Amino acid sequence: MFSRREFLMAGAALSAIAGSGLAGKWSRAAAQQALTENDLLDFESFGNVTLVHLTDLHAQLMPVYFREPSINIGVGEAAGLPPHVTGVDFLKLYNIEPGSPEAYALTSDDFVSLARTYGRMGGFDRIATVIKHIRAERADNMLLLDGGDTWQGSYTSLQTKAQDMVEAMNSLAPDAMTGHWEFTYGAERVQEIMDALPFPFLGGNIYDAVWNEPAFEAYRLFERGGVKVAVLGQAFPYTPIANPSWMIPNWSFGIREEDVAANVEAARAEGAELVVLLSHNGVDVDRKLASRVTGIDVILSGHTHDALPEPVIVGKTLVIASGSHGKFVTRLDVDVQGGEMKGFRHRLIPIFSDVITPDAETTALVSRLRAPYEAELKRELATTETLLYRRGNFNGTFDDLFCQALLEVREADIALSPGFRWGASLLPGQTITVEDLHNACAMTYPAAYRSTMNGETIKAILEDVADNLFNKDPYYQQGGDMVRVGGMAYTIDPQAEMGSRISGMTLLRTGEPVDPAKDYVVAGWASVNEGTEGPPIWEVVEEYLSHNPVVRLEDNRSVRIAG
Amino acid sequence: MKINRRQALGLSAGAAVFAAAGFRAAPAVADAAATEVAIKEFTGGIIPAEAGKLTLKTPEIAENGNTVPVSVSVESAMSGDDMVESIAILAEGNPNPGVVVFSFTPMSGAAAATTRMRLAKTQNVIAIAKMADGTFYMDKKEVKVTIGGCGG
Repeated sequence: MFSRREFLMAGAALSAIAGSGLAGKWSRAAAQQALTENDLLDFESFGNVTLVHLTDLHAQLMPVYFREPSINIGVGEAAGLPPHVTGVDFLKLYNIEPGSPEAYALTSDDFVSLARTYGRMGGFDRIATVIKHIRAERADNMLLLDGGDTWQGSYTSLQTKAQDMVEAMNSLAPDAMTGHWEFTYGAERVQEIMDALPFPFLGGNIYDAVWNEPAFEAYRLFERGGVKVAVLGQAFPYTPIANPSWMIPNWSFGIREEDVAANVEAARAEGAELVVLLSHNGVDVDRKLASRVTGIDVILSGHTHDALPEPVIVGKTLVIASGSHGKFVTRLDVDVQGGEMKGFRHRLIPIFSDVITPDAETTALVSRLRAPYEAELKRELATTETLLYRRGNFNGTFDDLFCQALLEVREADIALSPGFRWGASLLPGQTITVEDLHNACAMTYPAAYRSTMNGETIKAILEDVADNLFNKDPYYQQGGDMVRVGGMAYTIDPQAEMGSRISGMTLLRTGEPVDPAKDYVVAGWASVNEGTEGPPIWEVVEEYLSHNPVVRLEDNRSVRIAG
Repeated sequence: MKINRRQALGLSAGAAVFAAAGFRAAPAVADAAATEVAIKEFTGGIIPAEAGKLTLKTPEIAENGNTVPVSVSVESAMSGDDMVESIAILAEGNPNPGVVVFSFTPMSGAAAATTRMRLAKTQNVIAIAKMADGTFYMDKKEVKVTIGGCGG
């Protein structure tokens, strides 16, 4: 049964995660009190429209641990700005007490002990409680918007080809969604789901690849609280580059800034008084977009998994970042008068799973969706003594484990694991189940390839990915992290230009420099190329765990950051 | 109802006339110098205005370097002096920088054209419009050609 945890913090002030309006610092609850459900849901309604933003759930129906990154370097104009602020600097920026629930939810410092204190976050039935609470309060004033990356990332979503997530989301009655990983189920499946969705899948930047014309509905007008609200959808612009294009051969993406501007104008011409961009661009791209396209009041920004306790304000546009994996739901109340946003009240609501009462109806739904797979989900593979997590610009322990498995099971010199930002964390002492493993790798192109590459090619790959992450122009960034490398050390200068960021590539096995002309055996997974051969990554990792039932990882010191 | 491109193709009257022979063969590997030569050839040595009426639309990152969609348009009345005679598109980093020259007449109605091009590597794509009054406008966009596949 559900046990309610006491959130007592000796000597530390607890603050509710609430933005107090325009650029205000977080408001504070009284010190030394237990965090209650009311503290999390409390919100003095404001204005005439309430936007509720849920994004990048990555198919996590159950509460999870999720460690935020300790390294998230910003380049160019975004350097030093949120979300490129981590740890103590983040706490200072937003006036958050170290060791507090918000510090646990938003940063990585002291993660393990805080996780043991405050417990898992998210859980679809807790999210349902929050959304139903807001809906009860705001009824006809509310829009629920799903920012995408909702259908992928778990064992059950992969087994059901997203049907579990579609049913779960439908139960919350969203008003619109956009997408990214959704497209990795292939065009046919996406179309099939879309045809049955009781709400629009918006994507003004998705074109028919042959005819070079819009293929998806760009925006939908809603009336809420007497206000005409336009919701524009912006899918992840680089879906056919970061993910397999052969799965969606007839769809072309891109930022298409001119189209966003044209759609904003068209929506305004149709009478929209509030314009909302439901975006899967990522925060840096949306910050630039907001500075160049006028007329957008709110950008609900997904993709880069940043959780920001206050809106980023660009001109007259609010950029809202609502985190990932079900850890947060954003509630944004705005007041619209005479076709203009006059004010707002914002709250990034943390979903502390031990504080928020699960919605019984949703708990039952989730149980039903998971029931056919329960036995397999629970199957135990190993135990970890190391905190396993993924987020961070250069490495995460979960990928260290994957790289170890690839090196050993696939007998490779060098292992590559993609810089995905999804995947839950596991605490030291936890059992690794099939569900846990799949939370880090459930996807539709899991083949673990084994091939030969020379040193020059390996460097070219690293340079290419580094430029996707650290290009000074956000429009050229793809929003993932650096490809994770096993068996090889290297130095990276994020501020350098493409082609000169990577140096000092060294084969760890021999301690010798990687020779540009010499061939190496490279094992990796999640290639975007059609026809990639190899066992699914989860089989490789499962085999490794069968020989290594206790996971104990050394600190990864193989990536050196220069500059 | 919006008229989409498929429908428009059936209706279209004054579409752009293609003149693919607009460029002479350049050296085997293009560089900034070869591109400059090609620009001078098109403008007769006149330096085009950088900012202005010409809009070049390219993807920031190509989904497929073998077939990159590129659109160009110029705000113009398409009559008298405010008339676009032709638009050249160049690819700075291709073996041959000249890609295409679109020619227009007053019957074209609007100076807009779309095509696809192959880009060998990350490079600048340049569009130059020649106006009837002898002035030129230019726009330049970087298109990145990437290996792809490790992000997300």
